[in-house]
Amino acid sequence: MAAGPHDQHELSDPDSDVRHMHDSKVQNPVLRWIDQRMPVISMIQLEYGSFPTPRNFNYFWNFGALAMVTLVIMIATGVVLSMQYAANTHLAFDSVERIMRDVNYGWLLRYAHANGASMFFIVVYIHMWRSLYYGSYKSPRELLWMLGVVLFILMMATAFMGYVLPWGQMSFWGATVITNLFSALPVVGEHIVTWLWGGFSVDNPTLNRFFSLHFLLPFVIVGVTFLHVVALHITGSNNPLGIEPKTKKDTIPFHPYYTIKDSFGIVVYLVVFAILVFFMPNYLGHPDNYIPANPLVTPAHIVPEWYFLPFYAILRAVPNKLGGVVLMGGALLILFVLPWLDSSPVRSMRFRPIAKWLFLVWTVNFGVLMWVGGKPAEQPYILIAQICTAYYFAYFLVILPFLAKFERPLPLPESIARAVLTRKGGGPLPAGATAKPMEKA
Amino acid sequence: MADVLANPPKTSPSEPGSRHADAVGAHPHGGHEEGPVRRDFLKLAAGSFTAVGVGVMAWPFIHSMNPSQDVLALASTDVELGPIAEGQAVTVMWRGKPVFVRRRTAQEIQEARAVPLGELRDPATDQSRVKPGKDQWLIVLGVCTHLGCVPLGQKPTDARGDYGGWFCPCHGSHYDTAGRIRRGPAPLNLAIPDYSFTSDTRIRVG
Amino acid sequence: MRRPLLMLVPTLKAAALAAVLAPVLALAPAALGSGARAAEGHDVIHIPDTRFSFDGIFGTFDRASAQRGFQVYKEVCSACHSMRQLSYRHLTGIGLNPAQIAALASQFQVQDGPNDNGEMFERPARPSDHFRRPFANDAAARAANNGALPPDLSVMVKAREGGADYLHALLVGYEEPPPGITVMEGMHYNKYFPGHQIAMAPPLNTEGQVTYADGTKATVDQMATDVATFLAWAAEPELEQRRAMGVRMIIFLTILGGLAYAVKRKVWADLH
Repeated sequence: MAAGPHDQHELSDPDSDVRHMHDSKVQNPVLRWIDQRMPVISMIQLEYGSFPTPRNFNYFWNFGALAMVTLVIMIATGVVLSMQYAANTHLAFDSVERIMRDVNYGWLLRYAHANGASMFFIVVYIHMWRSLYYGSYKSPRELLWMLGVVLFILMMATAFMGYVLPWGQMSFWGATVITNLFSALPVVGEHIVTWLWGGFSVDNPTLNRFFSLHFLLPFVIVGVTFLHVVALHITGSNNPLGIEPKTKKDTIPFHPYYTIKDSFGIVVYLVVFAILVFFMPNYLGHPDNYIPANPLVTPAHIVPEWYFLPFYAILRAVPNKLGGVVLMGGALLILFVLPWLDSSPVRSMRFRPIAKWLFLVWTVNFGVLMWVGGKPAEQPYILIAQICTAYYFAYFLVILPFLAKFERPLPLPESIARAVLTRKGGGPLPAGATAKPMEKA
Repeated sequence: MADVLANPPKTSPSEPGSRHADAVGAHPHGGHEEGPVRRDFLKLAAGSFTAVGVGVMAWPFIHSMNPSQDVLALASTDVELGPIAEGQAVTVMWRGKPVFVRRRTAQEIQEARAVPLGELRDPATDQSRVKPGKDQWLIVLGVCTHLGCVPLGQKPTDARGDYGGWFCPCHGSHYDTAGRIRRGPAPLNLAIPDYSFTSDTRIRVG
Repeated sequence: MRRPLLMLVPTLKAAALAAVLAPVLALAPAALGSGARAAEGHDVIHIPDTRFSFDGIFGTFDRASAQRGFQVYKEVCSACHSMRQLSYRHLTGIGLNPAQIAALASQFQVQDGPNDNGEMFERPARPSDHFRRPFANDAAARAANNGALPPDLSVMVKAREGGADYLHALLVGYEEPPPGITVMEGMHYNKYFPGHQIAMAPPLNTEGQVTYADGTKATVDQMATDVATFLAWAAEPELEQRRAMGVRMIIFLTILGGLAYAVKRKVWADLH
């Protein structure tokens, strides 16, 4: 990881007595022996121990850690569930019911996995909202942001294929509708859909490949998450002020300050998770998915899972098939170029008086899209979806590129430390409050 | 951030933040003398709670891999004994394993009972391996006690080993006409499943 | 004196966080709920709320009611509706003991085989057998029911908007069609069924249709409540264990959260 450059430095030192070994400072002899040959312990200490982190994070900065925890929960529950699940159209529904009834704690594992998907999206949506509000996607963190968008798309693909596995009515018809999106492509569309299905409709080959990919993609997510963290540790974290740390006073070591803050956040998060799993496990689901898949009968009203609704609304806002698909894809892909669309050098919306409100409107707009996505495709919902879709794109394509020409940002604080310490007192600072951090630093 | 990158923090890896922070906590000017003690207690309590929580939550994952309720409730198997002639044997499935049902000849019973117990690796009388009054019927699990292969000897054309019972082709264990181990690497006699006679010509295994 | 002031900071932060979380959490289900309601067409049917023993966070299944409900299922519903996910052994969940279950199971003939001659045969059911199905397959079920397929009832409570309340309402909701509405041949008017025309004839129609062993008066409403209780248990047999575990889990996490917060404040004390 980021330990690389430091190692290089140490290795090229001519005074180093063991040229090919890492100069480990680890005390325990066994751990040191390992660390000299493979400096993972030094790396962890550097990246998660002393790693200099802005001192002014608010609780929005907990959500990366929460996403990590959720990924671990999803993989752990997913692996044991896959030991009981049968990816066959004749067996899938019953095998899930067997998990719920006969497998020891099967209900717990399945409900944790199903609701974990929703929790994952809640966490990731807030994590992304944080980046948008505080300008974390801007230089030099463009690649970090883009890797995040890759993770988001991988998550959507994984969640979609996972939802197909129980082989209920929503599984089957969701799979049918979403795979049919590809048929909108000119010339090759039909061939691609047939290829995706492995047949002429969503059927056993489709279920089998979705199961395989649903198992594979989470490990791709793990890999990209690793890259996401590598990129993060090169640029360092953004912070609510959006200004870079200048001196050591502006940062604190990641451990113990943020390890304990993340730990506290994780416990609070698990309470919300537990309420969902133990007391309302089917609240976010759809009753139709407890009806076994029937290729002859489409449910009266197909809705995707709640986390797809905003994009589903964009799809339906366009009366043209190809147009809808292109716009829905565009709503996601536009995020990749976002760092170059926003022309303001100021990161945090705290210092952008106009952009802040336009962004909050965008947030509400996203919520409205989520709401119309669950409504039937009729007026006035179509009109609302069209207006919201227009604003969704206008924010990225018009507001962010041109607003900076007119907007006068508020004065940025001199440094993080100064801003934090001034804010804390709200007046003359108590002596103790300023003295101690100074000493520390 | 450029500054931070240009001047990598001089905090050495051997000086993790925790020690750093403890030192500050113990600072006499901290204004609360019991600080470190209280924090240590809190940390200990929070740490042990976390450990217990993680331990307890591991159980559902582990237990989910134990036999499930439907597997535990698996049906018992009924065997009709009528069609089995003297000297013949049938194999039935029970819990995914073969069960050998053999109708022994008088001579085979005689042979099994003639063996002194002292000669046996896993001493058991022939009487203890059949139901009282049903000496002809030997019912054993068809799983070699060495490493789990299925021994030969059920079909008339099979090799029955040197003791006229069963012979395991994997590693050469010989069983006698009471299913007891006589030679080879297997340590124990062929196991006897739970079964009962539901009528004179019918047994229920399990 | 700065302590009280500082203590406000995390509260404010939490409030800000909640302000952001709330719309996300609130909107999603609202969107879903409205979607599901729209499924019933524009005429929104209000499902009356029935008091069930398993309502609320601490509710449990009334075993006597569930057993009566099983009797209703066995004597009335099972003529047409299968419950393929359940086995007789599962009935320990509504308070039957293994001997009762074995005796009960043996009343039913289930298909087994093939035997040594390659023929399927019937034998009395064992506790490990699945509930006997009324029809060999869906086509046979349709043929016997005027083309309509009586759905499987194993997870019916989870498969319908409104759950047990809806099932109870449906069972007591048969009435004469209002003037101006013509019911199609072979259909029946039900005020709670989406579209109001249901192929199922009123299954619970006379008081005393079943004779309860415990002397409970078998009114139509009582039978409907009992069978809805039984089906709620059948759909979510883990409900009681789940809720009990959830309560313990949340108590545990609250204590751990308090400890973690105290440690966090202690650790951060030297910075603030």
